[in-house]
Amino acid sequence: MSTTLAPWFGWLALLLIVAGTIGGLFLAPADYQQGDGFRIIYVHVPSAWLSMFAYVVMASSAAVGLIWRIKLCHSLAAAAAPVGASFTFLALATGSIWGKPMWGTWWVWDARLTAELVLLFLYFGYMALRAAIDDENRADRASALLAIIGVINIPIIKYSVEWWNTLHQPATISKIGKPSIDTEMLIPLLLMWLGFTCYFFFLLLVRGRAEILSRERNKQWLKDALGATS
Amino acid sequence: MKSRHQRLIGIGLVLGGVALGATFLLQAMNENILYYYSPSQVAAGDPPEGRRFRVGGLVVDGSVKREPGDMKVSFELTDNAELVQVSYAGILPDLFREGQGIIAHGRMENGSVFEADEVLAKHDENYMPPEVADSLKQVHAGGGQ
Amino acid sequence: MEWLDYGKHAPYVWSSVALTAVVLLWNVVAARRRLAELTERARRRLIAEENA
Repeated sequence: MSTTLAPWFGWLALLLIVAGTIGGLFLAPADYQQGDGFRIIYVHVPSAWLSMFAYVVMASSAAVGLIWRIKLCHSLAAAAAPVGASFTFLALATGSIWGKPMWGTWWVWDARLTAELVLLFLYFGYMALRAAIDDENRADRASALLAIIGVINIPIIKYSVEWWNTLHQPATISKIGKPSIDTEMLIPLLLMWLGFTCYFFFLLLVRGRAEILSRERNKQWLKDALGATS
Repeated sequence: MKSRHQRLIGIGLVLGGVALGATFLLQAMNENILYYYSPSQVAAGDPPEGRRFRVGGLVVDGSVKREPGDMKVSFELTDNAELVQVSYAGILPDLFREGQGIIAHGRMENGSVFEADEVLAKHDENYMPPEVADSLKQVHAGGGQ
Repeated sequence: MEWLDYGKHAPYVWSSVALTAVVLLWNVVAARRRLAELTERARRRLIAEENA
């Protein structure tokens, strides 16, 4: 399944991201307040979205793996972690680059930014825990528990801008049907968002396949799988 | 079958416990998580006495005064209820202007003027081209007449 | 190329776009490398088990 589906997600992601980039960087008008600086939104928001989406995928996959004892689910969770971590880093870095000219600072310890940094450490913790335990089944169980406990951070990130006074502004596209962004600016953002999501599934399939291959003990299955790629 | 149910319930309990714990923790830390106080909270005496804190609000139209030949600038912040007089010497962010949301970091001097040593701009979640913003403003001004 | 000139915000916009491009490409390379590495390892294990 992974070998047939992955290229589809990959090419679709490439198409959407190229279209979104052209739309966002060249076609969308400048913002009334932030001028051209607002264009960072086209890489920052999709990255931040993926950083949380990847975690939800990772944690729910780990939970299913833990409850129903499905190795495949732990493999998928393990595959999602490095991808999620890289997008958390990207969200923090592009946010920092955006914050300097607009807010006047690279970094503040407000609730949104701090919670996103905690997310990065949760990913690191999950990966480190898996790497530290040699026994695969024990690594699965321990890391799954960490992932499940850490999921509490996701609503904190999402609602931090509403629960507390933060420097970070509230969400632009949370209001269904009436986003606080002009249509011409919104379309490239939606393309990027969709593109990044497809890109995530592409990586999840490729990495998931790698993880499954590395621990599969069924000889016939392995033979078939390896035969298909050689 | 039975153990699967047990694991399901176990994870549910763990999640519930963590959520409950996080709620209590965040409630207890509420004061520290607040990145800034509003002018109303300042007027009510919420910020800690004699300590540095942040005030956030909109720069009042026509209140920005610069002293010639000096970096010093003074302005008023409002949350449309209360006012805070702010004095600041330093570089202002690009987005600083009258009507803009601002967060100032510093302390109250003489109980009346907020002496800031850092001013950050807080922008809103609205994005639109300048022409749209202009026409919105006109509609708004027209409706006010 | 007037519509590519982002004025004083240009360094911020372009550096975040460039950084994103690097992370997107790195992820593809890293995922493919990992797949190749683990596939090879699985193949070796399979051969060893067949011979045993």
